[in-house]
Amino acid sequence: MPGSAVAAHADRPHLGWTRYAAPRRFYLLAGKAIPWFFLAAALIGGAGLYLALRVAPAGAGEQDLSRIAMVHAPAVWASLFIYALLAAWAGIGLGCKSRLAAMMASALAPTGAMFTFIALWTGSLWLKPTAGAWWIWNPHPVCELALLLLYLGWIGLHVALDDPRRADRIGAVLALCGLVILPLLYFAMELWSAPQPAPVGALNALPSGNSLFGAVLMALAFWTYSWAAALMRVRCVILERGRVLDWVARAAARQS
Amino acid sequence: MIGSDWGAFIGLGGYGLYVWGAILVTIGALVAEIVLLVLRRRNILDHLGGSRRRLKREA
Repeated sequence: MPGSAVAAHADRPHLGWTRYAAPRRFYLLAGKAIPWFFLAAALIGGAGLYLALRVAPAGAGEQDLSRIAMVHAPAVWASLFIYALLAAWAGIGLGCKSRLAAMMASALAPTGAMFTFIALWTGSLWLKPTAGAWWIWNPHPVCELALLLLYLGWIGLHVALDDPRRADRIGAVLALCGLVILPLLYFAMELWSAPQPAPVGALNALPSGNSLFGAVLMALAFWTYSWAAALMRVRCVILERGRVLDWVARAAARQS
Repeated sequence: MIGSDWGAFIGLGGYGLYVWGAILVTIGALVAEIVLLVLRRRNILDHLGGSRRRLKREA
């Protein structure tokens, strides 16, 4: 009976999404999808930048400085969203023992860390002329810094541990525990946003009209870019881990 | 007229350094990540050696 069930599966070419849970199939699909994600990111990002720099009216008060919001706010969203996605993939990898899900999590980490850095960098450039300092000890930048450390911890774990499966399991626990940063960041902004300079309350004090549209476009561009970069990296990870497995298999064959 | 328009565009009311610093570093970081990924992939394929052509054909 189990044999016939397997045969029936093999006869059907389309098995839905589980078809792509095998790294080899996924590798090929990802290779086809990457150029389209890059194209979308370039087009949407170009439109977003045009809106941000030419069309959007300069905000009240700091005027042209508010244009930074259209890079800063999407970078903050991307850093948070990629972290949630990383934790989700890592959790699926841990719970379902899915190799591919764990590989997707490690493929997302460097991109997430980069967007967190961009969020800190643009936030700092926004703070200097408004608050007079490159860095202030406020909940928003501090949580963003903690998020960067979480990303770096995850990456360091995978560099330090020789066994990638072991690193996946420990990393998944780290990522799931680190999820606490997301509500923390949200509530920190809710509670402290009112009396702070503009960058701290970026999510609440977002510009409207064309400026908001520009920010949404930039967020979409970052989102499609993240997919392209993560798929490129997951292809590298599949090849690297496959190479290690081949090597282990050959070494084992020699010994027996 | 065009010159002053461009000057205003670059200067952004005195905040040009901050705004352009934010945008150019963002674009630079994205491009650098892609360059690193391309180099990493090339490195892996070089190490895989013989199977490189097969992988390229599949990709």
